[in-house]
Amino acid sequence: MSELNKTPLYALHVELGGKMVPFAGYEMPVQFPLGVKKEHEHTRSACGLFDVSHMGQLLIKGPDPAAALETLVSADIVGLEVGMQRYALFTGDEGGILDDLMVVRGEGHLYLVVNAACRDQDLAHLRVGLGQDYHVETLDRGLLALQGPRAADVMKRVCPEACDMVFMQHGRFTLAGFPVWISRSGYTGEDGFEISVEKDDTDGLARRLLDEPEVEAIGLGARDSLRLEAGLCLYGHDIDTTTTPVEAGLIWAVGKARRHGGERVGGFPGADLILHQIDARDHDRKRVGLVAEGRAPVREGTELFDEEGHRIGEVTSGSFGPTVGKPVAMGYVSVAHAEAGNRVFAEVRGKRLPMTVARMPFVTPGYYRG
Amino acid sequence: MSNLPANLRYTESHEWVLDNGDGTVTLGITDHAQQALGDVVFVELPDVGRTLESGGELGVIESVKAASDLYAPLAGEIVEANTALEDAPETVNESPYDKGWIAKLKPSNIEAINDLLDADAYAKVAEQDD
Repeated sequence: MSELNKTPLYALHVELGGKMVPFAGYEMPVQFPLGVKKEHEHTRSACGLFDVSHMGQLLIKGPDPAAALETLVSADIVGLEVGMQRYALFTGDEGGILDDLMVVRGEGHLYLVVNAACRDQDLAHLRVGLGQDYHVETLDRGLLALQGPRAADVMKRVCPEACDMVFMQHGRFTLAGFPVWISRSGYTGEDGFEISVEKDDTDGLARRLLDEPEVEAIGLGARDSLRLEAGLCLYGHDIDTTTTPVEAGLIWAVGKARRHGGERVGGFPGADLILHQIDARDHDRKRVGLVAEGRAPVREGTELFDEEGHRIGEVTSGSFGPTVGKPVAMGYVSVAHAEAGNRVFAEVRGKRLPMTVARMPFVTPGYYRG
Repeated sequence: MSNLPANLRYTESHEWVLDNGDGTVTLGITDHAQQALGDVVFVELPDVGRTLESGGELGVIESVKAASDLYAPLAGEIVEANTALEDAPETVNESPYDKGWIAKLKPSNIEAINDLLDADAYAKVAEQDD
């Protein structure tokens, strides 16, 4: 086992009493003394600060980088305006998902945020896929997420200009003296901001934000329950190389311009299969949300059955949803059982526990759309 | 440091045991264990009448984070389960040694309680765990 990496906030996490665990090759705080449930609730009612510096921040430069990236992702990048961010998927030749990522279109460059565990593989994939006309580099920067209904109140005090942005807008600002890149986005289902900052400024910026009365430091545990309630996928769990965007319910991450009838049909790995699935809807399984009728949490890997006892699928993420007040999960079930309101049974410790297929997100999103 | 009442006995798997003096014992999880688990959201209680070996799986405690098994500190028969936890599992966090008890057990050999850890010995176990 190689030594774990540390983010620029490692010392701060320890100082704040964070319980450090290995995650995607980094030593990260799973929770702070507040505890997972209260951290979750605080983010839903006020404002949480998350260290996401472990995530890969990549910069692509070269001729028309948007058109070039479209050879590797299914999203519409050419149609993305400068200063806007979009969710995208690196697809594989078999139609599976190699990683999910955020793409920001800058002036003459693209800025990508990818999953920590996939960063090296994504970097190699980009270098091979884009060829030598493109310069792809990993940025050694910190990344913080300020999330929650009070995030904008905090931002108004430290960087009021950033509050003019709407959901998925991105810009460069000075925040309390620190030069930063901010996008109005996040992975909690709440309004909020993701702030990329120079590595050496990360600790100072985090301390400055934690000085604001609404802000609490939040660990990975609450990050997971928040994103689950928001219906957002965790790569390697809810989506991976064996799941297609159609099975995963991520058709919206295949740009209309990239589908049949669009201006730039296909042209990304696995396009034949993915576009066929979009048209024919002949895929066998689908990602769904599940709400338990009882109180026992239903965890990842739990098998799902129908009324007659036939196995119909498996849970890919599951926990107690503090805001929903019930155990919530997502998983894949055969298409015949995927309709909202349908009853399925999760086998937990030998018992078949009833769950209801539910629409996601499980909570109402607070994204700021102006 | 967590709270460790001197009148209780403990296990290395973080259960506590109280001798009720009537041939039964009450058991639960320690303050240290509830802190480590975090917010308890579900307790799977043992069925009354079930007979368990020492160290046998007695139930499950689920926190927001994960599921943890509960083990029988002594061999015996379950005579009562704390059904109040079905609706208020957070009681395990709030009152681990009192209202948050898990079950009552009638040990096949009550003397075996003397083989369990005392508060000082358990304090060392909990310390290594941190």
